[in-house]
Amino acid sequence: MIPAAFDYVRASSLDEALTLLSESTDSKVLAGGQSLIPLIRFRLAQPGRLVDIGGLRELAGISRDGDGWRIGALTTYRDLLDHDELCAAFPLLVDAINDIGDTQIRNRGTVGGAIAHADPALDFPAVALALDAEVLISGVDGERSTPLDGFFDGAFTTGLADGELITALRLPDLPKGVTTAWSSLSQAASGYSLAAVAAVVGDGHARVAIAGVGEMPYRATAVEEALAGGADPATAAAHATDGQTVATDIHADAEYRSSLAAIQVRRAVQAALDAAS
Amino acid sequence: MAVANPHGAALKRKEDPRFITGAGNYLDDIKLPGMTHAAILRSPYAHAKIISIDTSAAAAMPGVVAVFTGKDMETELNPLPCAWAAGGASGGEVGGVTNNLNTPRVLAVDEVKWTGEGVAVVIAETPEQAVDAREAIDVDWEPLPTVVDAEKATEDGAPQLHENAPNNVAVTWSVGDPDGTAAAIDGAEVVIRQRLVNQRLIPNPIDMRGAIGRWDAGGDEYTIWMTSQTPHIMRLLITAFVMGIPEHKLRCIAPDVGGAFGTKIFCYPEWALVAWASKKLGGRPVKWYETRSENYQATTHGRDHITYIEVGATKAGEVTGLRVKTYANLGGRLSTIGPGIPTTLYGRLLSGPYKIPNVFCEVIGTYTNTVFVDAYRGAGRPEATYVLERAMDLVADETGVDPVDVRRRNFLPNDSFPHKNASGLYRSWNGVELAIDSGNYEPALDRALEMIGYADLDTRRKDAADRGRYLGIGLSTYIEMCGVAPSKWIGVVGEGWGAAMWESANIRIHLTGKVVLTIGTQSHGQGHETTMAQIVATGLGVPVEDVLVEQGDTSGTPFGYGSYGSRSAAVGGMAAYTAVQKIKEKAKRLAAHMLEASPDDMEYVDGGARVKGSPDKVKTIAEVALAAHVGYDLPEGMEPYLDETAYYDAPDCTWPFGTHIAMVEVDKETGKVDLVRYVAVDDVGKKINPLIVDGQIHGGIAQGVGQALWEGAVYDDDGQLISGSMMDYALPRASWFPELELDETVTPSPINALGVKGVGEAGTIASTPAVVNAVVDALSPLGIRHLDMPLTPQRVWRAMRDARANGDSTNPEVRS
Repeated sequence: MIPAAFDYVRASSLDEALTLLSESTDSKVLAGGQSLIPLIRFRLAQPGRLVDIGGLRELAGISRDGDGWRIGALTTYRDLLDHDELCAAFPLLVDAINDIGDTQIRNRGTVGGAIAHADPALDFPAVALALDAEVLISGVDGERSTPLDGFFDGAFTTGLADGELITALRLPDLPKGVTTAWSSLSQAASGYSLAAVAAVVGDGHARVAIAGVGEMPYRATAVEEALAGGADPATAAAHATDGQTVATDIHADAEYRSSLAAIQVRRAVQAALDAAS
Repeated sequence: MAVANPHGAALKRKEDPRFITGAGNYLDDIKLPGMTHAAILRSPYAHAKIISIDTSAAAAMPGVVAVFTGKDMETELNPLPCAWAAGGASGGEVGGVTNNLNTPRVLAVDEVKWTGEGVAVVIAETPEQAVDAREAIDVDWEPLPTVVDAEKATEDGAPQLHENAPNNVAVTWSVGDPDGTAAAIDGAEVVIRQRLVNQRLIPNPIDMRGAIGRWDAGGDEYTIWMTSQTPHIMRLLITAFVMGIPEHKLRCIAPDVGGAFGTKIFCYPEWALVAWASKKLGGRPVKWYETRSENYQATTHGRDHITYIEVGATKAGEVTGLRVKTYANLGGRLSTIGPGIPTTLYGRLLSGPYKIPNVFCEVIGTYTNTVFVDAYRGAGRPEATYVLERAMDLVADETGVDPVDVRRRNFLPNDSFPHKNASGLYRSWNGVELAIDSGNYEPALDRALEMIGYADLDTRRKDAADRGRYLGIGLSTYIEMCGVAPSKWIGVVGEGWGAAMWESANIRIHLTGKVVLTIGTQSHGQGHETTMAQIVATGLGVPVEDVLVEQGDTSGTPFGYGSYGSRSAAVGGMAAYTAVQKIKEKAKRLAAHMLEASPDDMEYVDGGARVKGSPDKVKTIAEVALAAHVGYDLPEGMEPYLDETAYYDAPDCTWPFGTHIAMVEVDKETGKVDLVRYVAVDDVGKKINPLIVDGQIHGGIAQGVGQALWEGAVYDDDGQLISGSMMDYALPRASWFPELELDETVTPSPINALGVKGVGEAGTIASTPAVVNAVVDALSPLGIRHLDMPLTPQRVWRAMRDARANGDSTNPEVRS
């Protein structure tokens, strides 16, 4: 497993990283490396240059930000789990992240990397979608922010422009009275989810996001509408894959995955409702 | 700390500190001066003609020392040998025995038969340069049609792989009594027919496969360091068949080997390749060590049978006849003993621990556009046990007799040993007749049932149902055939290697009393440095720390057939034991001389030779070794030194047995199966080291459960290996297992002095059907009576859905 030759630059500042990225479209950003390194070792990706942002402390850290939280892009899953206040605010993070990969992956994988990589099977983007995350982005021309909902364009593609970098996620505080739950079933070999569901419900509010099923992590808006209209979890769950092109592979064909998505939606929504009582 | 008589003690393994601290010396740890690195270009097509290969761009890349193709070595290296053609079956030879043999070349010349067959090699100063240059090799391919399914390969119109193998039939073979079996099934009160798929597996040792070749100009001699279970056999096969050089011109060295599961028994293309290339480079060593992806494509796979069974039984559940027809996938070309696994090591095991009076088995080994298939932990015996244990449960399902009672009614009774199956399963065409040496099956079954609480499962089933889950329980009452022997049987062409199956051991005792045991077997994870030392230490009465075990180098160890088939204790251990007896005999004669006593009055007790009944008239083994070494005063005619070699050929195989019981829960919605309890009661004879035995059983169970629930090599119709990495090939994880509950019965093997049988494969053989039987039991309320492995969530979900759609509307489970 030897990668093709590439240049490697370790950025010493965000500005330097952005300048390096703007110089060539052949560059890839290296953060935790949990997805990128296997790809280049298999030579499935052959970037000309890796821009290592691992040393940029301005991209790390978890802090209060108005009526929400700012989570630096370099924050690892482990950092999230170790932050008591954040975990108390978002029990969903704890439930879901303990389900992601293994200890080593949780120690290295970053939230910014998970969003930018946009693998449809990654769990974290669904969690962030359900939590109504906002993506903070920097480029040589300045900063911008955008809702995560709508940020994914398809498998492995996002609304990031060439030369742009995710600097942080912003999670708004959960509305009062809502409860959350996570339900998933993983493929035994890779541990990636065949269908994973993050549910945030209560007080007329419903956000349900699904990973592993569609071409990208998505909000199951038909499920959300059904729940808002008073449907019970099982009835609402029947809409889990409405409008989606459901993935198929040797582990789960579209038929099974669709069934599984509905099961996990029902279980997650029911568990979230049960958590309120 | 010294332990008196360490045989039977649960000692920690002597080799583990070395392995745990990273001080082991595995193939990839070896670095030689001037060493070059090889990268092999492998076919991206499963079936294609090679029109041309242009290596010029690769040869011009930085650091490249040489690039070779199959044509460059075609006249100097022969195709690899197939050392075990099918043959010699005893029973009615339906269609006779066929062997249409095709084996790989070191690199393919005209055509490739699977994705991953090697076609060119780059040798460079660094591994990175070799891999980069490999991408610059330009091959002009002409793709050909493909077939990957063992049964479809035999159908009319299937793509043909080899001119000499019509309908892709590599071997046909049969064993047993066709007429008696047909009559028994025709006249049976109950007849059951079932198709079973024993899926293809990828063995996955942690240490992958590799080799370093070095040619020495001084003596025109070669050395190959190789990840091998069988260095002596490799030297024989490589010299005699592939390179055509005298056997003593090659030295094979197996360093520490980190697992193999059978895959490192065989003569692979890369062995001769690195040696041949080193000579072309004037003697610079050439190293090749595969990647995991390469291991999946170019190292042997296991199992892969499509099997049709017919079972005749009485209404009381007594099996009267078993007819088996199996299509065994042998891959695109044959591996070293590929045909032997689904024939001798499968067909002859098809009555198991049962008295089935009529058995007939027909085997069709086929070529497909897949990598070669050969022995994988259990090697034929897991496939046979799977057939039998599924058959027992199918009989139970059909007759309504409890699966436990079906087994009890079919067990061989205790007075039937040594047992020879009436259909002649153990009879070889050269007149040798084997027998099951011993057995006492009911106590292991009873103990396992007691441990699992078989009599009181209703509460547990109800509790599971309340949680939305089906509970199931599955039995496997297996036997295993270890220490395959004797040579007069397995040495006959078609029954085995076409060579013998004895083992060797040499013991030398230094002047200081320290003992060196050199053996022809080759530990690759089993802890032989500990167990073999325990045998010798106990025999000689010395501390186990004083016994050094050497293995794995054809220079310095006596010829041995290596480690596989759970043979190292029953055959290799007995060679060590026999060498100990020779040492003791000489020690008694020398001690008698030292004590001025008659040799006939001597006995060897507690580490010394003494005059019978006179504990004070004794010479310790260290004193005797000193006297033998310095040689000042030896009896007339006695050679100096304590140095004895023994060659041991076992009179028969050994036959461990036991009962495994799996308890599973199945999610009624998702189909996910969880193993919730696992009980194993094994009888492996007398144990040399119970800790190591438990480790072997643990690992074996995990590997067998892996087949039942998770593992499966998948080729698509074009012959692409879809399960090409651990992202798609699911290996068992420790966290998926409950605490394994082990117990034992002990029935010493009557055929050897140590009473040992073997344990390396028992767990793998037993656990697969136990788990499948448990899942089928869990799903039986839906009317499901068989499912093919692996029992992934998708497969179980689909079976449940179909059963509910087609099921009996009066059954509340089916309606749910």
